[in-house]
Amino acid sequence: MNRILATSQTEFRIALRNRWVAISIAMMGLFSLVLSAAGSSATGTIGADRLSVVVASLTSLAVYLVPLVALLMSFDAIAGEVERGTLPLLLTYPVSRPQILIGKLLAHLAILTLAVAVGYGIAALAALALDRGAVAGLPALWRLMWSSVVLGATFLGVGYAASAVARRPSGAAGLAIGLWLGVIVLYDLGLLAAIVADKGGVFAAKVFPLALLANPADAFRLYNLAASQATSAAAGVAGAASTIPVWASLSSILAWPVLALVLATASFRKVTP
Amino acid sequence: MPTLTLQRLTKTYGSLRALSEVSLTVAPGERVALLGHNGAGKSTLMKIILGLIPYDTGSLQVTGAAPGSAEARRNVAYLPENAAFHPALTGLEQMRHYLALRGESAALAMGLLDRVGLGPAARRRIGTYSKGMRQRVGLAQTLIGKPRLLVLDEPTSGLDPVSRRDFYELLDGLAADGASILLSSHALTEVEARTDRILILSGGVLVAEGALADLRRTAALPVAFHITPRAGAAASVAAALPEARVHTGNLTLTCAQEDKLRLLSRIMALGDQIADVDMVPPSLEDIYSHFSKRAGQ
Ligand SMILES: Nc1ncnc2c1ncn2[C@@H]1O[C@H](COP(=O)(O)OP(=O)(O)OP(=O)(O)O)[C@@H](O)[C@H]1O
Ligand SMILES: [Mg+2]
Repeated sequence: MNRILATSQTEFRIALRNRWVAISIAMMGLFSLVLSAAGSSATGTIGADRLSVVVASLTSLAVYLVPLVALLMSFDAIAGEVERGTLPLLLTYPVSRPQILIGKLLAHLAILTLAVAVGYGIAALAALALDRGAVAGLPALWRLMWSSVVLGATFLGVGYAASAVARRPSGAAGLAIGLWLGVIVLYDLGLLAAIVADKGGVFAAKVFPLALLANPADAFRLYNLAASQATSAAAGVAGAASTIPVWASLSSILAWPVLALVLATASFRKVTP
Repeated sequence: MPTLTLQRLTKTYGSLRALSEVSLTVAPGERVALLGHNGAGKSTLMKIILGLIPYDTGSLQVTGAAPGSAEARRNVAYLPENAAFHPALTGLEQMRHYLALRGESAALAMGLLDRVGLGPAARRRIGTYSKGMRQRVGLAQTLIGKPRLLVLDEPTSGLDPVSRRDFYELLDGLAADGASILLSSHALTEVEARTDRILILSGGVLVAEGALADLRRTAALPVAFHITPRAGAAASVAAALPEARVHTGNLTLTCAQEDKLRLLSRIMALGDQIADVDMVPPSLEDIYSHFSKRAGQ
């Protein structure tokens, strides 16, 4: 346990010096600010409180931004150690590879939590200032916050796995961006294309819900929208959200970080310094 | 019980035999130097001992445990060939981190850095350190805890002459406390004076092993005598020692180890015709190249 904590402390310090803490907080804060400014014009018509509406739009923002920030923070984790030549010495210490990964994960998660709290906090404060009834949206905000951190944990793990597989920071960065494009953007486009091409409706009825649940980002969106009162305020997969039970999307978002960490550990074990 | 035992250890990289059937033991408190040309397999051997890379056949025990096992890692300290650290950390922070990983108090960090002369720079980032300073951070981290085996890959590369002497003094202290030391080096003269035993690797084969005196005996290289005749006696000395080469009035003679006393008494017989005589035993360089050459290098 001490070894894990020592690792996270050092990683946090490095992230602080490398400006990663500042960059992620600024990114999340800036986007939330823009979002709440844009959202403040269209309200009142749906019947939902202002905060719930903000949470719905924050959800669609988080699906893109949280994985991106997580991948940017994690792609260097192992490839960077290999490139700098610090890995051989580290691996001769009485610390296991999973311990090293968990140590890094805790540090990066702390940064992500900070960024998410600051970003969503700004948006929430803006909504609460304008609308007394917005307190009704607080549970949704809280849910969005912790599920964003869990989503971040998934993509941190995926980033470590990419970092271990690539073994060079440049390759790991490319792989991370590719993963982000594939999982966040192209996956949904592919599903959409399949739905359009699907004539009999078998795909839409049977495969589509499972395909959504299999993708951590889609499961995250489903979970937050299904649980939110402002489902109608969001576009995209919102329609599907009503047909998939909350426990299914919840299980998916909780299972993914574990799976990602297992994946990262397995790839890290294959790295010979 | 030896700290380190290797039996017929073989490692190949594709078709390249990096190590062939290397066997050796290192006892507690022993300082062993690993010599060999570039690419001889020194670093490979060390990484295998540390459990960083797998080997093909043979067996080894490190402090009685499997290499790379939790038990072995607790007892072994390593200095890699090119010690590298995160440039954003200060020397002190890096040291604290390593102490924590070994379950030691972080408060010891400053003392360790002082021992390698890094005290004044402890609070500067490692990114601003010179090569020798980074090497010292590497040395400082090997002193953490009480390692039973220190594996040091070219520990004095990048160190200035005074630091090198300090470093070997540090090693003497550790060995006196019972730690075994395996170090590789290309600086033969310092190894000669400061280690108990020498191993010579050549193309992955252990071609020689033993204390310097043993190697000197097995190599049986000739001993050289440099003779300075008294003024005016040069011609008669040269006549008495016809096998000598004459160079600027001085004479140089070589003979086999077992003949050296006989030759010395012939020289002494010349009495006061001789102003001075120096006996030069084969240097470690000579012995080293003898064994390396015999292996086809
Ligand atoms: N990862 C690797 N893949 C393939 N060959 C390797 C690898 N690592 C080392 N080798 C080869 O193994 C041989 C031994 O290398 P090693 O680094 O052990 O030499 P060394 O004795 O430490 O040399 P130096 O004095 O230059 O440090 C070399 O021929 C090297 O090219
Ligand atoms: Mg080497």
